[in-house]
Amino acid sequence: MVDITPADAVPPAEVAEMELYHPHSWWTKYVFSQDAKVIAIQYSATATAIGMVALVLSWLMRLQLGFPGTFDFITPEAYYQFITMHGMIMVIYLLTALFLGGFGNYLIPLMVGARDMVFPYVNMLSYWIYLLAVLVLVSSFFAPGGPTGAGWTLYPPQAIMTGTPGGQDWGIILMLVSLILFIVGFTMGGLNYVVTVLQGRTRGMTLMRLPLTVWGIFTATVMALLAFPALFVACVMMLLDRALGTSFFMPAIVEMGEQLQHGGGSPILFQHLFWFFGHPEVYIVALPAFGIVSDLISTHARKNIFGYRMMVWAIVGIGALSFVVWAHHMYVSGMHPYFGFFFATTTLIIAVPTAIKVYNWVLTLWRGDIHLTIPMLFALAFIVTFVNGGLTGLFLGNVVVDVPLSDTMFVVAHFHMVMGVAPIIVIFGAIYHWYPKVTGRMLNETLGRFHFWVTFLGAYLIFFPMHYLGLMGVPRRYNELTDMTVMTESAHHLNSFISIMAFIVGFAQIVFLFNLIWSIRHGREAGGNPWRATTLEWQTPETPPAHGNFGKDLPIVYRWAYDYSVPGAKEDFIPQNIPGSFAPSREPA
Amino acid sequence: MSVILVFLLVIAGIAGWWLSHQRLMTKPWLEQGMIGDFVALDRSALPTAKIGLGVFLAVVGCLFALFTSAYFMRMALSDWRPLPIPSLLWLNTGVLVLSSIAIQCASLAARKGQVDMVRLGLATAGLTALVFLIGQLVAWRELSADGYFLASNPANSFFYLLTGMHGLHILGGLVGLGRTSVGAWNGAQPQRLRLSVELCAMYWHFLLFVWLAIFALLAGWASTLIDICRGLLT
Repeated sequence: MVDITPADAVPPAEVAEMELYHPHSWWTKYVFSQDAKVIAIQYSATATAIGMVALVLSWLMRLQLGFPGTFDFITPEAYYQFITMHGMIMVIYLLTALFLGGFGNYLIPLMVGARDMVFPYVNMLSYWIYLLAVLVLVSSFFAPGGPTGAGWTLYPPQAIMTGTPGGQDWGIILMLVSLILFIVGFTMGGLNYVVTVLQGRTRGMTLMRLPLTVWGIFTATVMALLAFPALFVACVMMLLDRALGTSFFMPAIVEMGEQLQHGGGSPILFQHLFWFFGHPEVYIVALPAFGIVSDLISTHARKNIFGYRMMVWAIVGIGALSFVVWAHHMYVSGMHPYFGFFFATTTLIIAVPTAIKVYNWVLTLWRGDIHLTIPMLFALAFIVTFVNGGLTGLFLGNVVVDVPLSDTMFVVAHFHMVMGVAPIIVIFGAIYHWYPKVTGRMLNETLGRFHFWVTFLGAYLIFFPMHYLGLMGVPRRYNELTDMTVMTESAHHLNSFISIMAFIVGFAQIVFLFNLIWSIRHGREAGGNPWRATTLEWQTPETPPAHGNFGKDLPIVYRWAYDYSVPGAKEDFIPQNIPGSFAPSREPA
Repeated sequence: MSVILVFLLVIAGIAGWWLSHQRLMTKPWLEQGMIGDFVALDRSALPTAKIGLGVFLAVVGCLFALFTSAYFMRMALSDWRPLPIPSLLWLNTGVLVLSSIAIQCASLAARKGQVDMVRLGLATAGLTALVFLIGQLVAWRELSADGYFLASNPANSFFYLLTGMHGLHILGGLVGLGRTSVGAWNGAQPQRLRLSVELCAMYWHFLLFVWLAIFALLAGWASTLIDICRGLLT
């Protein structure tokens, strides 16, 4: 007979618990807070606020494209500024900050069973530097000459020349300074996310018991730490070119009949540095989304994730591969054909681990007990959108197909589907899923369903027609298309239609924001674990979790994160901190 | 971009080695802990701060590897005219080596609990690092006095950029060293002091290594080395 000792007889942790900083005043509790949960909310609120600016900018662009000549205040310069700021804000200040700064800060300590991040003070600094970066970015709207209009890729030499809005004014300088600040702030946060996953895990939380959300955020952070330096280098060198007259990227150039003082720089060098950051950035945004969506699907289909190990390996594999594909953004830069062949091959290889993940999501749904809750709806929408955007990626990954499609609306449609709509949809699903933990109340169901259907169908109606525009040859980055031969009557109608849809989808986001604020006070009480989920964040003694997350004792982890519908178990989920009994509760082999 | 790729290959090697020790082949759905099982912590025995610094140094290394990549890419163009290396840099290198030795002494002394030696080591390391920075500034002035200005030629720009970036990192290190020294003089816990001195030493040695690499790069030996490697490969 085996001697069964109760769970609380387990010897105490042999490593001393971390010293938790305890705030003494309102300021240190809610403003200059070192608590990862408060920092997460600060990050998310700031990212959402600046994201709304980017949303309005996209409306302004669509006004011009849908109804050309109607709005006098949208000059070509203004249009370029809208494009640039929209892209930069969405990719870096919204998506990166929200996934890693927002979800990373909130979920990592809770999911791995830690009281807080390992370096809370540095974590706090990270947010304040991010806020400073955002403020510098916003200030460029009010600077003389306005923000930069160089396009979000900021390609030199045009980025710092007279013809480009902000090129010889403050716009480009503020943009570069803001990016440098963002990278410094992110590095501080990123160190925390990585080291907390390495060193902050509670007892029993082996790497292979981590929820996939943590795997996704962890891998994305490692990638970001290695990729953002490339952007940093590019920004510093361009700042020197612009401010001190060096020639890192500026070739000898004649501008309006005058020879500039620059000479000997290489614009291609900038493209290499930029895309060495830029391509991993796609996966920095996508991997957390992959992780989160895996957890949403498993929880709301009441079924264990299919192929957990494969999912982990795929995340790591995608992370590694994404560093050797950057030049597929540069097929038209005049590179050697063999390079093009190499980068096309690596690009297509990434489709393999990505496809494994898609199959596993679908196989998790297969014969699952699918609850069509709002998070589940968003997760399903993600699969559809992501597959769609990924397939056009296969087109563009091939040099021969990419060259004619380069700089058309097809590219715009592709990257909006795959790294715009798809991750944002996961963010929405994740907010509906974790909002009850953050606030203790559910988001309003009716408004949520309205938000989902308008956003999902609307986003499709915006971006799907753009593929056709692109195939017809409609170029991107042009503010005035009226006289072009490719712009047939029907193309104009399509553009107007897309613009109207953009307004409707944007309006739905305002409903969503209203829901977020309204439900804090008026939402239905959620209780500690409304989705009956297994992961540790749902097992906290208080909801919302108090400072220190887990009360007196840290939880001990006995099982993986996906014990849903285990045969023979009393309930259809077994939390990670419940030990197994000796009764055969597992599926027979 | 070959330098950064080689650097990332090294990082990937370390990450892969670490992952291979994490039992990634286990089947977590079959392994569940039982009531009364002893559940161990699954983390490194190294202090968390050291791991944090290690990750940070990887980021810094990545930064310098990228600068180096950019340097090589620009150097490959036909109009590359390198600037003469001021002989003062040799002296500066010597000073920085001294600084590293001093902080290593402080680290050894901290292990033995000799607070006086720790203070001496920290002070020497701080002063020599400051001398190094001043020496770098003097070298800059020498160069600009000879007409090698920041903006006059890409090689010059890279010289100032690389040395400047390295100097900024030394400056940041001095802030950390200052905080450690305050602890050393105000009687910090020996355990804490030891960790803090060891962190400084790690950072110092790393920056010395980076400097040696930059020096080799600017003086042109690095490209000779790479040519030899390329010769071996083809």
